[in-house]
Amino acid sequence: MLHVKDLKVAIDNQVILDGLNLEINRGEVHAIMGPNGVGKSTLAKVISAHPSYEVLSGSIHYKGKDLLELDVAERALEGIFLAFQTPVEIPGVNNIYFLKQAYNARRAKEGLEEISSLDFIKLVREKTQSLGIKADVFKRDLNVGFSGGEKKQNEMLQMSILEPELFLLDEIDSGLDVDALKSVAAGVNSLLNENRSVLLITHYERMLEYIKPDFVHVLNGGKIIKSGDISLAKEIEKSGYSMLEQRSAS
Amino acid sequence: MSQNESIHNVVNSEYALGFTTDIESDTAPKGLNKNILDYISQKKDEPQWMLQKRYKALDLWLKMKEPNWAHLNYPPIDYQAISYYSAPKKKLDSLDEVDPQILQTYEKLGIPLEEQKLLAGVAVDAVFDSVSVKTTFEKQLNDLGIIFCSISEAIKNHRELVEKYLFSVVPMNDNFFATLNSAVFTDGTFVYIPKGVRCPMELSTYFRINAVGTGQFERTLIIADEGSYVSYNEGCSAPTRDENQLHAAVVELIALKDAQINYSTIQNWYPGDDNGKGGIYNFVTKRGICKGDNSKISWTQVETGSAITWKYPSCILSGDNSVGEFYSIAIASKSQQADTGSKMIHIGKNTKSTIISKGVSAMKGLNAYRGLVKIGASAKGARNFTQCDSLIIGPTALAHTYPYIDVHNGSAKIEHEATTSKISDEQLFFLMQRGLSEEDAVSMIVNGFCKEVLGKLPMEFAMEARELLNVTLEGSVG
Repeated sequence: MLHVKDLKVAIDNQVILDGLNLEINRGEVHAIMGPNGVGKSTLAKVISAHPSYEVLSGSIHYKGKDLLELDVAERALEGIFLAFQTPVEIPGVNNIYFLKQAYNARRAKEGLEEISSLDFIKLVREKTQSLGIKADVFKRDLNVGFSGGEKKQNEMLQMSILEPELFLLDEIDSGLDVDALKSVAAGVNSLLNENRSVLLITHYERMLEYIKPDFVHVLNGGKIIKSGDISLAKEIEKSGYSMLEQRSAS
Repeated sequence: MSQNESIHNVVNSEYALGFTTDIESDTAPKGLNKNILDYISQKKDEPQWMLQKRYKALDLWLKMKEPNWAHLNYPPIDYQAISYYSAPKKKLDSLDEVDPQILQTYEKLGIPLEEQKLLAGVAVDAVFDSVSVKTTFEKQLNDLGIIFCSISEAIKNHRELVEKYLFSVVPMNDNFFATLNSAVFTDGTFVYIPKGVRCPMELSTYFRINAVGTGQFERTLIIADEGSYVSYNEGCSAPTRDENQLHAAVVELIALKDAQINYSTIQNWYPGDDNGKGGIYNFVTKRGICKGDNSKISWTQVETGSAITWKYPSCILSGDNSVGEFYSIAIASKSQQADTGSKMIHIGKNTKSTIISKGVSAMKGLNAYRGLVKIGASAKGARNFTQCDSLIIGPTALAHTYPYIDVHNGSAKIEHEATTSKISDEQLFFLMQRGLSEEDAVSMIVNGFCKEVLGKLPMEFAMEARELLNVTLEGSVG
């Protein structure tokens, strides 16, 4: 589904990713771990075409398409969804209105008519109930004044309505207490099936107790230095990243 | 040619003071002098007293100089090269004769077909029973004693009110453009709401068919008598192209004791092309007086058109406890220049004013907010709140803010907030990551930025305004 090959990426002329390779098949959950500042978030942003990052070389293919040819919106409409660590606030834009526009953009791409306001409100109600989200929060302006937990829940809601195929989850555990983390993880799990894949970016092993990865990768020095299964995460939890670094250096 | 016919021709041409008059259009020769005023006054079948006022205004204007303090840049206007009167041209027979680009815009704005014809100056089918719509409303208004007619009719039929209030808020010698308008104004709206009457509907030029072909020098006068209420909506959201470059309108509002006037404008004259070629120069003087105690005047404007906008809807808060409000959205895209804002003049005790201004600059647009809050010595306990926010899209757009505050009473309370922001890459990225195109994302952010002001418009007007923001900003990014 996703093939990243020899990817070299810079921001402000500083190389962040250098020769990164990654392959994700349908239905797989991949976790990317690594110490602070090694470019974990960069990977998610570059896959979704954030304008600050420059791809110097290498390729990203997704469902057989050359992703680097597509802009942000086109990639989104291909089913790539980035759940933000800190979603930005947009004053004056009603949350539900925004969601409806985004939903309709997807429908337009599929050649479907716009959804009526009434049907859309029904859809939102269903989704909020099944995700256990308090609906009143979403009548407010987009992310404005939302607590950390509310912002993450809002990301979940968008995800469940837009139904992407590739979930890029960028440290969605940051700033959440255990209960909030559990509920967000439950939300993600409820959306997964054999056609949907996850790239999960996290510092901590605890996230992986709730969203179970098929593969765990350690990112350092701009590339993946080690891949394995959940046991790799447990090893890191026990001995830290420095241990791996030493090993890979030797 | 028979002898009689040629005599007839000679007489006629002299009678018309040498003006060429043909059937399709009825246009005065270029230039401005007393003869032109005679011509206009005669065309309007005006009483002598009005003509005398026009003469007086012309005398004043000839001694005045065009102001140059605004942050605007345009080549000098040759006032003698303009025709000051042009009667509506022959109606077009069908929409096929209308510029397809205009039709496209109507389409985007979702204006119904029959209304499109009306706006484009196409003769309206009998199917669209505009006449009966008009008559129904007219009867309802008449029964309440409300006068709603063209200023020309009012000059003929309501002399007492017109003589008392015309030039009472914007004096004849107020400023260069207002004085010019005083001499040559051709039409406009007159509204009088009698004591204690609450006007039961939004008054709008939409219902007054003859306003569609109104010339470039409009004069509007609205009087709300004691305890009355009226909401007036000016303009349509159609981009009317006009061969005349200069628009200099004057609007005067008078609110007597306990009266309230809401005045909403959507201005969407032709803005010129991307390189600043063509477009309307819009020099407008709008002012209201809260004459009586507890009166209120509220201006709401959405300015998206014109190559140049020079406009400062103002309130003179004369009555005690009177309230003035100004809510504005001004968009300057392409090569548009807007210098706009408001003046709030506090005279009465405990007077209160609010200014909310949202300026959006895109492409090579230049947007300046210019505002004055003046608290007179007598205005004990006066309060003002001003918020002016600027949003800049792209590296070549500009925004300026010129707030003036002049306080002569120590008990006044004045708050001023100002922000300037750019549409952030993170906001655009977020919205586009959810599948919105770049243009849709920008328009969503701009609409959000303008929300407070859009909320002040009457509902239908607000929907049109929203659509208009989107159309105006199309192509402003990337």
